[in-house]
Amino acid sequence: MAIHKVLGTETEYGIVVRGDPGFNPAVASSLVVNSYPGDRVKVQWSYEEESPGRDARGFGHDTYGLIDPEGAVVNSVLANGARLYVDHAHPEYSSPESYDPLEAALYDKAGEKVMQAAAAVASEISGKQVSLYKNNSDGKGNSYGAHENYLLARETPFGEVIRYAMTFLVTRQIFTGAGKVGRENDRPEVDYQITQRADFFEEEVGLETTLKRPIINTRDEPHGDPSRYRRLHVIIGDANLSDVQIFLKLGTTALLLAALEDGALPDPLDLFDPVEACWQVSHDASLRRPIELDGGGSATALDLQGRYLEWLSKYVEKELDEPVWNQVISEWERTLSLLDSEPEKLADTLDWVAKRRLLQGYVERDGLEWSNPKLRALDLQYHDVDPAKGLHNRLTARGSMRTLFSEDEIIAAESTPPEKTRAYFRGRCVTKFAGSLVAANWDSLVFDVGESHLKRVPMMEPLRGDAERVGGLLDEAEDAADLLRRLGG
Amino acid sequence: MSDRKRSKSKDQGEEQHDEQAEAAVDREADVEALDDLLDEIDEVLEENAEEFVKNYVQKGGQ
Repeated sequence: MAIHKVLGTETEYGIVVRGDPGFNPAVASSLVVNSYPGDRVKVQWSYEEESPGRDARGFGHDTYGLIDPEGAVVNSVLANGARLYVDHAHPEYSSPESYDPLEAALYDKAGEKVMQAAAAVASEISGKQVSLYKNNSDGKGNSYGAHENYLLARETPFGEVIRYAMTFLVTRQIFTGAGKVGRENDRPEVDYQITQRADFFEEEVGLETTLKRPIINTRDEPHGDPSRYRRLHVIIGDANLSDVQIFLKLGTTALLLAALEDGALPDPLDLFDPVEACWQVSHDASLRRPIELDGGGSATALDLQGRYLEWLSKYVEKELDEPVWNQVISEWERTLSLLDSEPEKLADTLDWVAKRRLLQGYVERDGLEWSNPKLRALDLQYHDVDPAKGLHNRLTARGSMRTLFSEDEIIAAESTPPEKTRAYFRGRCVTKFAGSLVAANWDSLVFDVGESHLKRVPMMEPLRGDAERVGGLLDEAEDAADLLRRLGG
Repeated sequence: MSDRKRSKSKDQGEEQHDEQAEAAVDREADVEALDDLLDEIDEVLEENAEEFVKNYVQKGGQ
């Protein structure tokens, strides 16, 4: 049986300081992260446990000491178990480990609230308006990531992941895209494309995340017991604002990986040239362009997704009981069916369709050319996290978007952790033992309880440290020292 | 669902006519909603689009 697909997202937000075009993005990002007014602890992020240079194919190198020190300066762990920090030149929110794709989508949305609150305080402190954008491109050839993470069993051969996920990740773009005006990175001209990120993918498989980005990223950094786990680090997705879309993106991908581990997939359909197909799919908003398959023949992205849907529907029916997986399948069915017949009807759930509807409206009403800066401005503004200025937020406020979560649920997720993963332990410790927490990482917390040595609590199992196992203990512990005694430290 | 059941009892021509009429009403409602939406967005739109786009530069991302 496949191991449980614990999952989460990491989002780098775009940042602008109004009236100060020469602003230093690292400094401004630090201001934003430091300004967050919610419950959190500023910690040392213990890098010794991280190894982003290790390669899943087995031939890794170490990057200890090579990590940008600026990235290590400002680090916070939030009451919901998330990490809020500065990643080079962007504020980044890494969601807490979530139990299923619905919960992961909720905590991704909670990240927008975190950024909204942080930007508001940063603006107040600096006297200049700081704006944050949940998107992935500046339209000038610079991209920043929205990554997804899925727990895999260590014994899952990485070659199999590459084989099965490649075509899936390239073709899922038709429902994971956030939409973009124009093209970048020397790709062919296009008025509007489905995704923000596709133009930036230049390799099929690789370790990089900042240049020559690969469709399959091989970073082998499990953030858990390395003898039991892998973590698939997916870097090809767009940051989404639509919660239905986040759910669909995470849910379908988690399903594919579970089915792969269970050996429940027939032979994959390989693309002739995945890198070319990547931008070709994104540039074809008509969804009718055939993509060349390896060994001859062709199929559209929609056809290929239809195959995955068919396989995974059977898999869910046979193997999975939790209702969340049926919800993934029905949302997926609806999406593919409407993409085929009436894509404009998905303006209530897919960011790229919702944005296109707005832009098309302006093109027609004002007689604009697609190259008009007003359209690029609208494109950017769709992603502004500000409730009043962000166009996605305006659409949601007027009821034009179908949503999975109420405003209250999202706000609650900003300060309470998921209950069924180790994020629970982390989040509760932030709320209750803030003064004693000095360092953190995904798989450990370090406490200073006034003794000669710091005390480290390892959390190598993503599904332990949950409410059922440690809730009572956390409730009862009087202070961090007491907590550690109860934990048997 | 009830609309579809109702139209099933009608003859083919009438059904098509109904559907066309419904689609036209839908489109009209869509256009109205969109006009309304664009008016709302006009109020919050970046004042100097060209300047805003020019200054939106994001280096150092993954």
